Amino acid sequence: MGLVLTDGAVVAVVVLGVVAVIAGIAVFVVDSMARATFALLASFLAVAGVFLVLDLTYLAVVTALMMTIEMAIMVVFMIMFMMNPAGLMPMTMVHNARGSAAVGAAVFAVITVAVWTVDWPPRAGTPPEDSTRQLGEAIMGSDMLVMIVIGVGLFATMVAGTVLATHRGRYDRFGADLDASRPDDPVRGGMPR
Amino acid sequence: MPELTSLADAWGLAPAVLAVVGFGVGLGTVFAAVDHVVVTGRPARGAVEPVRGALRWLVQQRRTTAAPDRLLWRIGVVAVPVLAVLSLAVVPIGGRTLLSTSADLVWFNAMETLLWAAVWLIGWGPNAVPALVGGYRFLAQGLAYELPLMLALITAGLAASSLRTTDILAAQADLWFVVTMPVAFAVFLVCATAFAFWGPFAAPAGADIAGGVLSELSGVHRLLVEAGRAVFLGATAAMAVTLFLGGEAGPWLPGPVWYLLKIAVVVVALVGVGRRVPVLRPDRFVEVAWMVLVPAMLVQALVVGLLVLAGAYR
Repeated sequence: MGLVLTDGAVVAVVVLGVVAVIAGIAVFVVDSMARATFALLASFLAVAGVFLVLDLTYLAVVTALMMTIEMAIMVVFMIMFMMNPAGLMPMTMVHNARGSAAVGAAVFAVITVAVWTVDWPPRAGTPPEDSTRQLGEAIMGSDMLVMIVIGVGLFATMVAGTVLATHRGRYDRFGADLDASRPDDPVRGGMPR
Repeated sequence: MPELTSLADAWGLAPAVLAVVGFGVGLGTVFAAVDHVVVTGRPARGAVEPVRGALRWLVQQRRTTAAPDRLLWRIGVVAVPVLAVLSLAVVPIGGRTLLSTSADLVWFNAMETLLWAAVWLIGWGPNAVPALVGGYRFLAQGLAYELPLMLALITAGLAASSLRTTDILAAQADLWFVVTMPVAFAVFLVCATAFAFWGPFAAPAGADIAGGVLSELSGVHRLLVEAGRAVFLGATAAMAVTLFLGGEAGPWLPGPVWYLLKIAVVVVALVGVGRRVPVLRPDRFVEVAWMVLVPAMLVQALVVGLLVLAGAYR
């Protein structure tokens, strides 16, 4: 059988799971950008808590770390792209309510059926001594190609997003022939140039 | 390697937590006192000023704003000191940490990134312009300091081949890491000052925006945030000593004395330098961070990596 949990740990997993779901629902109920964002963060942090209970410390802290920064970066992208940049106006996360409800219900049904009907294989082997090391070896070994592809994809997305948002490119800064020695910026940066 | 138990295992959870909270409050008080002495130049007042200020905030009447987002504001205010203490959970005290996980460095980093959320919430909560501007300034600053900070942390972990702080201490038995990674040491202190938005990185709470994120805080709320920042800065000094200055290692004197002495030296150096540098605008710091600090840290990590391959840390 799988990992053996104490009674306290089972209670913690259940409570954190319920918190994650409730916070996830709250994302679509609240009417403020800030509350929706932080309800989503609360949901992710509850999942990180589940990882912590399961003794997957690295996954837990890295989830908390990545998701927090992700929310903050999302705020920055919101300033870059939205007409309501500071999130000061009431808003809703729900669009096309009927369609999205149908899709959500269908996906939930498929996943639930799958969870209960798939013939899960029994565990082969024992939990590793140090799950962080095992994870590191997987990422830097057998799964490295996947990580590199994902990394390049994310990086390309970020660069593309920034390019779309900026209204002053290198031709504005360095001239039509890119031959200016100093960039023509409205506000000078931190480097002496 | 002998298995070191965590503080929680050694003393029981409640006494260990109390010890860490006490250590954190002590560190924060020392930082605030040194800060006050350096700013005012009056040593006698400096020692009592943190206590006086704390008492003043405790009895101060709280004021509020029109239509604040109370829930998020309070979450942000409470999160700052809580995260500061949680970051101390992986800093060794007497050679042991409150929690001993296989990812201590990432834990410390995660507590500091949660500060992004907390500070932004403090800026958002009061529904006031200077506070919100301060919150967004902090995000801009975060984009600057985060990567160099992560690289500095991971460089220490790289040399010790472990993310556990007690392993990093053990790896410095022969040679303190500051000798082979001075850049990482300096970058760590710079970035830690930036995430506590103190000294030259205090733009999110700048005087030009009437105190920014701190502008609408009063009474106990102000105390909690100021205390949280001070504890974070103190915890940073302790972490810097752990990662780069060999922790308790030193001749003649007992280990804990060396540890406290080194922390004191780091705090005095940090405040002494930090208070003499003018406040940096976050947008300028972003450029410096990405053009100078990130490449410098990459080179530093490369050098340490080559030294690891050459067996210098064994």
